[in-house]
Amino acid sequence: MTEPLIKIEDLSLGFTAKDGRQAPILRGLSLELAPGETLGIVGESGSGKSTVALAMMGYLKPGLSVFRGRAVFDGNDMFALPEKERTSLRGSSIALIPQNAGQALTPTLKIGQQIDEALRLHTALNADERKIKVLELLNRVRLPSPEDIAERYPHELSGGQQQRAAVAMALAGNAKALLLDEPTTGLDVTTQAHILEFLRSLAKELGVAMIYVSHDLGVIARVADRVAVMYAGMLVEEGPTRDVLRAPNHPYTRGLLASIPRLGEPGIPASMPGVPPAVGSELTACAFADRCPQVRPHCKDGVPVLEPRGECQVRCPFAGEPAPDHLSTLREPQVREARALELQDVAISYHKPGFMNRWLKKPEPAPTVDRAGFVLKKGETLGLVGESGSGKSTILRAIAGLAGTRKGSVTLGDGESLNAPVAGRNRETLRRVQMIFQNADASLNPRQSIGEILMAPLKLYFGLKGAEAQARAEALLEAVRLPARYMSHFPGQLSGGEKQRVGVARAFAANPEVTLCDEVTSALDVSVQAAALALLTRLQRENGSSYIFVSHDLAVVRAVSDRVAVLYQGRICESGPAEQVYAPPYHPYTQTLMGAVLEPDPDTAPTLLANDMSEKAPPATGCPFQRRCAKRIGSICDTMVPPAQELADGHVIHCHIRMSAAGCQEAAAVPELMPAE
Amino acid sequence: MLKLLATIASKPSGALGLGLTLFHLALAVLAPWIAPFDPTAQNADAILLAPNATHLMGTDTLGRDVFSRVVHGGRLAIAVTFTAAVIATLWGGFAGIFFGTVGGRVDEYSMRIVDAFLSMPWLLFLLLIISIGGAGPLTIIPNLGFFYGVAVLRVVRGAAMQVSARDFVTAAKARGEALWPILTREMFPNLSDILLVEGAMRWSWMLLAFSSLSFLGFGATPPTPDWGLMVAQERGLLSTAPWGVFWPCVALSSLIIGINLLADAVGKALGLDRATAVAV
Repeated sequence: MTEPLIKIEDLSLGFTAKDGRQAPILRGLSLELAPGETLGIVGESGSGKSTVALAMMGYLKPGLSVFRGRAVFDGNDMFALPEKERTSLRGSSIALIPQNAGQALTPTLKIGQQIDEALRLHTALNADERKIKVLELLNRVRLPSPEDIAERYPHELSGGQQQRAAVAMALAGNAKALLLDEPTTGLDVTTQAHILEFLRSLAKELGVAMIYVSHDLGVIARVADRVAVMYAGMLVEEGPTRDVLRAPNHPYTRGLLASIPRLGEPGIPASMPGVPPAVGSELTACAFADRCPQVRPHCKDGVPVLEPRGECQVRCPFAGEPAPDHLSTLREPQVREARALELQDVAISYHKPGFMNRWLKKPEPAPTVDRAGFVLKKGETLGLVGESGSGKSTILRAIAGLAGTRKGSVTLGDGESLNAPVAGRNRETLRRVQMIFQNADASLNPRQSIGEILMAPLKLYFGLKGAEAQARAEALLEAVRLPARYMSHFPGQLSGGEKQRVGVARAFAANPEVTLCDEVTSALDVSVQAAALALLTRLQRENGSSYIFVSHDLAVVRAVSDRVAVLYQGRICESGPAEQVYAPPYHPYTQTLMGAVLEPDPDTAPTLLANDMSEKAPPATGCPFQRRCAKRIGSICDTMVPPAQELADGHVIHCHIRMSAAGCQEAAAVPELMPAE
Repeated sequence: MLKLLATIASKPSGALGLGLTLFHLALAVLAPWIAPFDPTAQNADAILLAPNATHLMGTDTLGRDVFSRVVHGGRLAIAVTFTAAVIATLWGGFAGIFFGTVGGRVDEYSMRIVDAFLSMPWLLFLLLIISIGGAGPLTIIPNLGFFYGVAVLRVVRGAAMQVSARDFVTAAKARGEALWPILTREMFPNLSDILLVEGAMRWSWMLLAFSSLSFLGFGATPPTPDWGLMVAQERGLLSTAPWGVFWPCVALSSLIIGINLLADAVGKALGLDRATAVAV
């Protein structure tokens, strides 16, 4: 066996707590990485995955110290090296590509200058040679027209291009290893798929080793040769990607895989109960024992050791035993015929013409959202899917009265108009529509107790006060499965999942008819996400509320929705019953999105259609997808609004290509799909 | 509150700030019992004595005990500026939260008026007002309160704009809450820390401003013992009898430094950064 490039030996590090106790973040971690290999480190927030990655570079976040163990990179004990040598290794032999490349690039320097600077630091090339090298690097990361890109500032590039530029910079120093810390987490699905395919081929081409840190098993499955699953600062399972993801041994890995919603499986995935132990807490038993479905009395006796099992290592003495199945629960939709909400030909624009533009009568740009129309039935969940900038949140804001509509009508089931903004609606109308926000952290006032937060809508809508409000708020907490003692807690004392439950409880305090869910699970860990989805489904069953569920995640939308509308640039491309939208025939954009979804399975490859260009504004005329469409048929796409083709009960596709239940009619005229590299 | 004080005192700079501020407050309250002489009593036999066992800080041109005058010298200044600081923080804070929450045209136009006030050389303006209205505390307090309140307004409005953009305020607006509950329940609790720090900072600046007024003869009137006035009266003898200028200066600067350190420590203990809390 070749000498490993990176070797972490029994590494424990952490911070010193106020009482002088050593609070570990990593607990005796050992890992090896061979040259040219790609290792995926996966875990939920607080598992220590980023800390491991940084430790490989010999970097500790301020306040942390190494308790014991070593991190060896290419024969150098990183923590024993003098600071100067360690710094020179970073960036040249081992480079970090951070989560947000847009922020990691200096905004005032051109891309070319930044790469040139990296070259000057890490190589002995002269100015002319560097100039050639810069273009070569930009070419290598497959950026179109490198000469042009080199002259641009970071903000002039799209998110995907920025990420590529960051990779080009990392490659400037002939790195042997690249550390990628959630490099695609902030990107749209289609861009993410493109970047991952690019990184895969780059690793092969250059033979660099990569450490890929992510919470997303789908991403890991796509790029990694080996996977290390982390939980509470320890490895719980490690092995070849295929073995770990296909036949997981540790109950945590099994639970994690089961809690991911899949495109092909409708229904709410199984969730894991409980929360991981707090960061830095002392462990006397298996860290997962409290959440494990197979827990035995023996599990509480001590921390289990990592044992080899086939090609994997597993930290569970009972790994070989048959595991209970994690079954996803199918929703039982209770859709009634009556309407809860209807949008007709709605246009929304944030554009406010300035004084000069008004005076010069400049034409207005195309509205952010246009021709939006759908019907939401009582007890139904409508999923709105689309990438960032698709206008899905804007539609929710308009329904909630936070953004004004330019055109069209929004009405509740009984004809009550919602065209007016919040100030123009009466209290009863306001009560009937409630919103749950994406980020529970930001949507709960940190200076109010949970009790105060829940009692505000009770007082506003029902005039409840004192003991009555108190009792109702406690009942709401119980409905979202939180203990009544949380009434006096503040949001800062709750975990992310618990905060989101409070957000849900606050919306249901109003007993709404329509609940607007804005990316409600995208800030949560997968195991918590599954529980949140189950909660929303249960509350819908109990209260008969209708949901509009906005998400960028097609699998999540599939799990909870009866009907789905796919949005691009504020225009609906396709809508219909979930099972029909998720099956052919597709709108070209739907197909692009579906192709880019990553399954936590190393043997499914994404299909890359269309390029990953990002658009800032919708085109003035024609089809919204005209500029990226892989199946563009001609100038008709640029000039004419595509017709609505109704295929079967309510399945509508807006496209110039003639569709039928069998598929695209003009498939022959369409260029071949680009297969993934 | 006790916990906050403990956190403040846990760092040397915080402990020093708290100590200096409390020391001066105690000195002001207990001055009649601490001072060995009547601060206004003149003594023709003891003019310009250097510091000695009877007169710890020497005597001034009229033979008054400098130590007694320094001990008494903060009383008027502290009382006037503290009241003015409370007024400035209250009105500036409320208006700042209001404009930061409401936004839009109302905010935009009001801020142009605020800009106009901030661009005025307010010390000269204050001198004009005082020369019309007289030099009493009843003229000085509201005017200091008003002028410093404009700056408080500007800072708090900036912070309020950040808070009002957060989702919990959006949630309250979407729920249909009226403006008053949004201001008091959603906004104020998230800005009270900034108000506290901002108030303390303005207080220390006002002390300097009041002393400047006294120095120019527009603040305290003779024979009131006041630090600014003392410096003004004795400044001609700086080379021969420096104690008459030195000790009031020490007293004034130590109080201002104390309040500054305290405000910093309060800000840090509450998790604020002075750089963001005091932007103007």
